[in-house]
Amino acid sequence: MTRGRTRPRGEPLDLVTILVALGRAPAEPGRLTREQRRLLWLCRRPYTIADLASELNLPFGVIRVLAGDLLDSGLVGIQRWTSPASSAPQTDQNLLRRVLDELRAL
Amino acid sequence: MNSARSDQLTETADEENDGPRVALKILVAGGFGVGKTTLVGAVSEIRPLRTEEALTDASVGVDDLEGVAAKRTTTVAMDFGRITLRDGVAIYLFGTPGQERFWFMWNELSRGALGAVVLADTRRLTASFASIDYFEEKGTPFIVAVNCFDDAEQYEANEIRGALDIDPHVPVILCDARRADSAKQVLVGLVEHALRLAAATSPAY
Repeated sequence: MTRGRTRPRGEPLDLVTILVALGRAPAEPGRLTREQRRLLWLCRRPYTIADLASELNLPFGVIRVLAGDLLDSGLVGIQRWTSPASSAPQTDQNLLRRVLDELRAL
Repeated sequence: MNSARSDQLTETADEENDGPRVALKILVAGGFGVGKTTLVGAVSEIRPLRTEEALTDASVGVDDLEGVAAKRTTTVAMDFGRITLRDGVAIYLFGTPGQERFWFMWNELSRGALGAVVLADTRRLTASFASIDYFEEKGTPFIVAVNCFDDAEQYEANEIRGALDIDPHVPVILCDARRADSAKQVLVGLVEHALRLAAATSPAY
């Protein structure tokens, strides 16, 4: 399924990396595996790697390789967190305050 | 006509659930049987996740293993939970397998994490030492949540702090991992702690 590969090229994909389809049609659809076509279909809306792995019932490492291929071929992109306050969401004080308020209200 | 109508319904459903914009990661660590899955399940819907055990060192950095990988790895089952907040903010809770052979996953899980909850059982406090050391060393914000089992002797948070020898700034919370409100308070405690640390790092903001 991953042609024996265990690590994707390019940047590491985290369990909570969010992928989203870029709306391009694959140049050679036949080269995509059935699993990659499913990933692409699910990523019509933003999807985390963890949810993709769970949805396809495939190990995280396999999803990471398959998704890496889709990234390389420009079919999906990584949804980046952008904020003037912080480059990383986990240290963004505004975001953490929002999370706190909403958790308390749950 | 019918199909057009059902398409519209699907569209509406999709809009209500149009995927996360940002996902934050919280780890729930602690010894075997301490209630990690119980805690995650009390506040979120549990979903199964499979991951592989590490390859031997010899294979690290090798891109193409020609199918050998499949024989060298064992699949590990773990759970995660997801809490969806407003405006596309999602919190992912990962229960980290406690045994040492899973530590390769801890690196993966702790990278970029908002923080960690070290769940402790007063009858087996030593089982929490490894997690505490790990997060201290990695600089991951963490709190200690003591799961108050019915048949365990009850202690004050300060007694537990002393027994675990943790920094005064690390919160220690007593909880009942089975109860949603209690589990929620644990998460609130962790996010408060992470926020304090973030504010201490960049006080000007």
